[in-house]
Amino acid sequence: MTEEVTTGGVIYEPGNSAKTKTGGWRTFRPNFIHDKCKKCGICVKFCPEGIIEIKEEGAVADMDYCKGCGICVKVCPFQAIEMEVEKK
Amino acid sequence: MNNIPAPNELLAPGHRTCAGCGAAIAIRQMLRAAGKNTVVCEATGCMEVTSTPYPETSWRVPWIHVTFENAAAVASGVREALNRLGKEDVNVIALAGDGGTADIGFQCLSGMLERGHNVLYVMYDNEAYMNTGVQRSSSTPWGASTTTSPAGKVSHGKDEWKKNVAMIAAAHGVPYVATASIGYPEDFQNKIKKALSIKGAKFIQVHCPCPIGWGFDTSDTIKYAKLAVETGLWALYEVENGKLRITYKPSEFKPVAEYLKGQKRFRHLKDDEIAYIQERARKDYEYLERLQSL
Repeated sequence: MTEEVTTGGVIYEPGNSAKTKTGGWRTFRPNFIHDKCKKCGICVKFCPEGIIEIKEEGAVADMDYCKGCGICVKVCPFQAIEMEVEKK
Repeated sequence: MNNIPAPNELLAPGHRTCAGCGAAIAIRQMLRAAGKNTVVCEATGCMEVTSTPYPETSWRVPWIHVTFENAAAVASGVREALNRLGKEDVNVIALAGDGGTADIGFQCLSGMLERGHNVLYVMYDNEAYMNTGVQRSSSTPWGASTTTSPAGKVSHGKDEWKKNVAMIAAAHGVPYVATASIGYPEDFQNKIKKALSIKGAKFIQVHCPCPIGWGFDTSDTIKYAKLAVETGLWALYEVENGKLRITYKPSEFKPVAEYLKGQKRFRHLKDDEIAYIQERARKDYEYLERLQSL
């Protein structure tokens, strides 16, 4: 550790973990099918990362952070999300 | 709740929880209900380690961690300091896992509840010490295999029943105690809002499945959260000024085997052991209903 540690370990920038993109962890990715999306927002409530938003076209995830857990696929009542293998 | 844009989430992405983490869902749901006028005092545990890998933090509200055992004591102090500054309107939430609450932070929690500080204590219950690699806690259920209660030829896993922390909290005579589940976010968030509207010490225990420690697919976190409630193994209730009310009861209970079978921690259980859990679950629920009728 060559970095200088702040007094008391204080971190001054709220939410700065967003600079770490956890999307590289995933092996599967959710594919949002907007034709089937009813914009109910159930996937928003259950995403552990908090990265799904309901936009004009339907649910959209910020894939920079998606770890590919697949919870959104299972909770969607309209089968509007499918899991597919991540292509690197 | 659906219209909060992701960039305004109070728990920023980039946190290092495992894929499918139930505790992360609990914290997100909690923060959405509590709002940004909140200070969080957290104990050591999964969410502490994964949300603040120094020099990074996922928190967009003021947050403090001191040690494993004293989240409730720190929150008590923060509360009284804020009151001295005339900031009575700021919410103070103490946050800890089941280890940090039911075992290590137990006496600090009891002290906070007895002194009656205006603090909401939230226990996210993933039923073992997951951060250090799945050791049993007093909140681990009977029959669960963990690294310190391993199932094998001579053992069926943990031999003690899950400690009833919510009822112990209620026995302090505080104005509000509740249990919740991440599978029922509206119920959980209503309880958070109600608790924060009441002055005094409050306690909420939220059940959050852990794919790694319990042994199921990362996509099934919500399925098991709901199954725990649907089988009657986890009851959703609140105790307001001593009056217990079950906030959601399934119209018909599913057999506990449906909850136990898919989880690696329970897969060694034999039929008679599952029957024992079924019977105990039924008795515990009946006891709750008797308390409700008082």
